[in-house]
Amino acid sequence: MSKLAELNTDDLKDLYRELILDHARNPRNFGPLRSATHRARGANPLCGDTLELYLELDADEVVRAARFEGTGCAISLASASLLTETVAGLPRHLALQWFEQVTASLTGGRSEFDLGKLMALQGVREFPARVKCATLPWHTMRSAFQQQATTATTTTE
Amino acid sequence: MSHATLAFDKNALDVRSDFPSLTQSVNGQTLVYLDSAASAQQPNTVIEAVQQYHEHDHANVHRGVHSLSHRATEAYEGARDKLCGFLNAASRREIVLTSGTTESINLVAQSFCRPRISAGEQILITHMEHHSNIVPWQILCEQTGAELVVAPIDNRGQLDTDALRELLTEKVFLLAIGHVSNALGSVNPVREIISWAKDLDIPVLVDGAQAVPHMAVDVKDLDCDFYAFSGHKMLGPTGTGVLYGREALLEDMPPWQGGGDMILEVRFDGTVYNDLPYKFEAGTPNISGVVGLGSAVDYLQAIGLTRIAQHEQALLEYMTGQLAGIDGLRLIGTAREKASVQSFLVDDIHPHDLGTILDHQGVAIRTGHHCAMPVMDFFNVPGTARASLALYNDRDDIDRLVAAIRKAQEIFA
Repeated sequence: MSKLAELNTDDLKDLYRELILDHARNPRNFGPLRSATHRARGANPLCGDTLELYLELDADEVVRAARFEGTGCAISLASASLLTETVAGLPRHLALQWFEQVTASLTGGRSEFDLGKLMALQGVREFPARVKCATLPWHTMRSAFQQQATTATTTTE
Repeated sequence: MSHATLAFDKNALDVRSDFPSLTQSVNGQTLVYLDSAASAQQPNTVIEAVQQYHEHDHANVHRGVHSLSHRATEAYEGARDKLCGFLNAASRREIVLTSGTTESINLVAQSFCRPRISAGEQILITHMEHHSNIVPWQILCEQTGAELVVAPIDNRGQLDTDALRELLTEKVFLLAIGHVSNALGSVNPVREIISWAKDLDIPVLVDGAQAVPHMAVDVKDLDCDFYAFSGHKMLGPTGTGVLYGREALLEDMPPWQGGGDMILEVRFDGTVYNDLPYKFEAGTPNISGVVGLGSAVDYLQAIGLTRIAQHEQALLEYMTGQLAGIDGLRLIGTAREKASVQSFLVDDIHPHDLGTILDHQGVAIRTGHHCAMPVMDFFNVPGTARASLALYNDRDDIDRLVAAIRKAQEIFA
């Protein structure tokens, strides 16, 4: 058998950081939300993964709770889990700003926000085929705010 | 040397150096390509045939009196003759050149079935079909009020042939069945199944996309009415494919698309359609692609489909054994009769994560639903990882696959 060149796993370790693996194994806020006022379904037609995102907004349009359920890879589960932690307590307009900032940062742009834990998702920038896994929950959240009846997909226009 | 090793060596092919794409490095490692069921790599001879055509022979076919048009026509129609021999069809009139399996099946749905089928009649398929052998029939059923009926599979991913036989009744207008499952690798006993259908005068379409590069196909021996496949899965260019159709059936079918080349005379008060097979080939075809496909037929036949099948069977057996030896790996699709494909899941690692980690080690596999979502639903999984073989793979490829899976398990440990 041919001798393998030394495997450089730095990029892989950057993609599958401990924080990502932790959120993928134990997603936070996982499950339905009966009190949801907004919800949307996200689908990745490439792999068939789907997720359902629930938001509860109060009269002042502040996100009181965010939960999700569905199937997905480690990247999409961790991204959804981190999303629910990030937007809980935020007013709608600020949550939507987070959508802009996070998706921009994952697709090669720069964020003006301090992304905190969400920086752990930055590893996908080296894996173009996986960017959509990370952005899907955020697109789904935007759909939920817009109360679009249609399913969000991972188009990242 | 063990007996098994000797047997393997006897069957081994040494063709890797014919495939230039396989010499490259991916992410610092020599490429291990295990995604031929999605699309196969091309040998030098195919690439050169296409280049030769572009450099010297390109013109439109069936049109000009000039030399280049003549050469282009010879090359294009020569490929049709090769395909006719490849399938052992009775006549070149039975070889319709299409853009691929998908178009071939849609052609049968719209041209053969749609004008004749009645509401309440049935199209019978199986649970293991690729989306391209499901959706054209769903569209047909929406258009006509016909009903789509699905024959079940078992937990090993094998067709329940008894159930299929019971479903074959006089209500069935057409049986459309895959020769080899793209997601599971199961080989269906199509010859026997076709004989059951023939007893009831039910026409049969076989989706041969996953069969043609791996085994000798003889449409006369199968006695099928239609056989559909794609060029790019059998070492040819993308955008090429074939619909074999029994001549008497094709004769009676209306054109599939209208345009140039499919006509003899066009007048505003009526048009006379061209003869077979041109009646079904409207517009300028994919000439260079078909030239490449003809070259792919030459290449496969020079090596011999029987030798290729033996090599791949031995390799599949080795791969299945090696994969089964990995703790936490679950094989999906363990039919008794299989060809070239193994789907699997590793621990609770999502197939996409596995695919990324393998790619990072230079190992290309397919991950996801493989355009067979009903199969995924049956096994209650969102998708699988799938390693698929071709004649250019060898044991080293399998060893690299296994090592790469173990690395993924380390990362997710």
